[in-house]
Amino acid sequence: MDNETAVAAVNTDAEELEVDDLLVEEVSIDGMCGVY
Amino acid sequence: MSPEPSLRDRFKLGLDAPICLTWELTYACNLACVHCLSSSGRRDPRELSTDEAKRIIDEMVEMQIFYVNIGGGEPMVRTDFFELLEYATKKNVGVKFSTNGTRITADNATYLAGLGYLDIQISLDGADAATNDHVRGEGSFASAIAAMEHLKAANFGEFKISVVVTRHNAPQLDAFQALADHYGAQLRLTRLRPSGRGVDVWDELHPTAGQQRELYDWLVSHPQTLTGDSFFHLNALGDPIDGLNLCGAGRVVCLIDPIGDVYACPFVIHDEFLAGNVRSEGGFARVWRESDLFKELREPGSAGACTSCGSYDACQGGCMAAKFFTGLPLDGPDPECVLGHGEAALLAQKVTIIPRPLGDHSKPVRVSVSSR
Amino acid sequence: MQPQGSQTLPHFDASLNWKLSPDVAIRPEQFGALAYHYGNRRLVFLKSKDLVQLVHDLADFDSADAAIAATIAPPQQQSYVAALARLAQSEVLVVS
Repeated sequence: MDNETAVAAVNTDAEELEVDDLLVEEVSIDGMCGVY
Repeated sequence: MSPEPSLRDRFKLGLDAPICLTWELTYACNLACVHCLSSSGRRDPRELSTDEAKRIIDEMVEMQIFYVNIGGGEPMVRTDFFELLEYATKKNVGVKFSTNGTRITADNATYLAGLGYLDIQISLDGADAATNDHVRGEGSFASAIAAMEHLKAANFGEFKISVVVTRHNAPQLDAFQALADHYGAQLRLTRLRPSGRGVDVWDELHPTAGQQRELYDWLVSHPQTLTGDSFFHLNALGDPIDGLNLCGAGRVVCLIDPIGDVYACPFVIHDEFLAGNVRSEGGFARVWRESDLFKELREPGSAGACTSCGSYDACQGGCMAAKFFTGLPLDGPDPECVLGHGEAALLAQKVTIIPRPLGDHSKPVRVSVSSR
Repeated sequence: MQPQGSQTLPHFDASLNWKLSPDVAIRPEQFGALAYHYGNRRLVFLKSKDLVQLVHDLADFDSADAAIAATIAPPQQQSYVAALARLAQSEVLVVS
């Protein structure tokens, strides 16, 4: 499924929001290189 | 197709300030681990003073560096350790320090538990004394456990247990997890590199290909395990492991060493990867933003010999330090390439030249002359 | 673990008064900002300057809905509600 534009689909009673990652992206970063 | 570059793409080009920084406070150490990445043992007489160290912390505040990973040598042997810790945390610089645990006491554990912006990492390389002490020296397992007991008793919260995965401890991952669970700690598994003294024990200690596959499977089934993003070379085995999965050296992170030298990362303490020194004009900020080395690292890299490999996007050619210190070219496979390309490259080399750094702070080994 | 593309988030009540968590540091970048949460140690990338501004302005409005209505062009409003929901999930935003 390809999103051409940054559109979030919302169902009618807004119970759930589908989010694409064009505005917010979380990163798992833990020291980056290992030892420390 | 989305026109927005991903975070990963952005990071490859470098940031105006590191996200976090590794700072080795001292080359002095009261242990002599056989694989020490910084070849630590003896203090360097050119070590940064307390004031110089505080200036670095001031720069971190200015540059809005979120946190610093403090290590060494053994950082707690510095007499100004707690003074620097307080200076940093009072300025809201997050500190995680890595320690062998020998200097953690019931009293200071209580103090540490009360500090905000602080995380602690205890180094451990075996789930039992025999395995651990083989690498870290007699008594080191007991010291580490004692430190964990103090932290637990002081209600420090979720500290980290950090393990360098070796051939000997690779079968002990479940045991490490149990240890972490027992102490309410979080487990970190990190990659051994042939750096510092590590180059001398690399052949004996680095995991086998089979162990690497098992490790990958274990990490996938234990996603809560931290890795310091050090195992992205394993991504060619399947779905990527959690993390940024790229080398951040000189782009997102770097090392400041005990004498103020700035290196791309702690595993490449060698002139080839020396970006500058914080004592020079412009301090750390200028080195980070303007050094030739870091500009080079921020250029889009070439896949080189890995160009035709379908796994390159997943593994990014692995770790610079692993390649450099096994004498392999940087634009080619990692020595532990899971597809075997690294091994092949090593065998194909007519001559292998292993670079050695000029500095070595290891303590001389005292050989007993007594009869056996 | 972030799956590629879309994901479903727990319910986000945009009628509440949200604000930036006091445990979060935001650092401007060329592309927007990086947000680091000192408590949970999560790092989040805010990919638009408009989103960064919105996050800073949130506390001044009675609700997230009001903040968005006042500062974001209508065709993009849903994306921004979703973005705020995502930030709330990471605990970058908390209820005031």
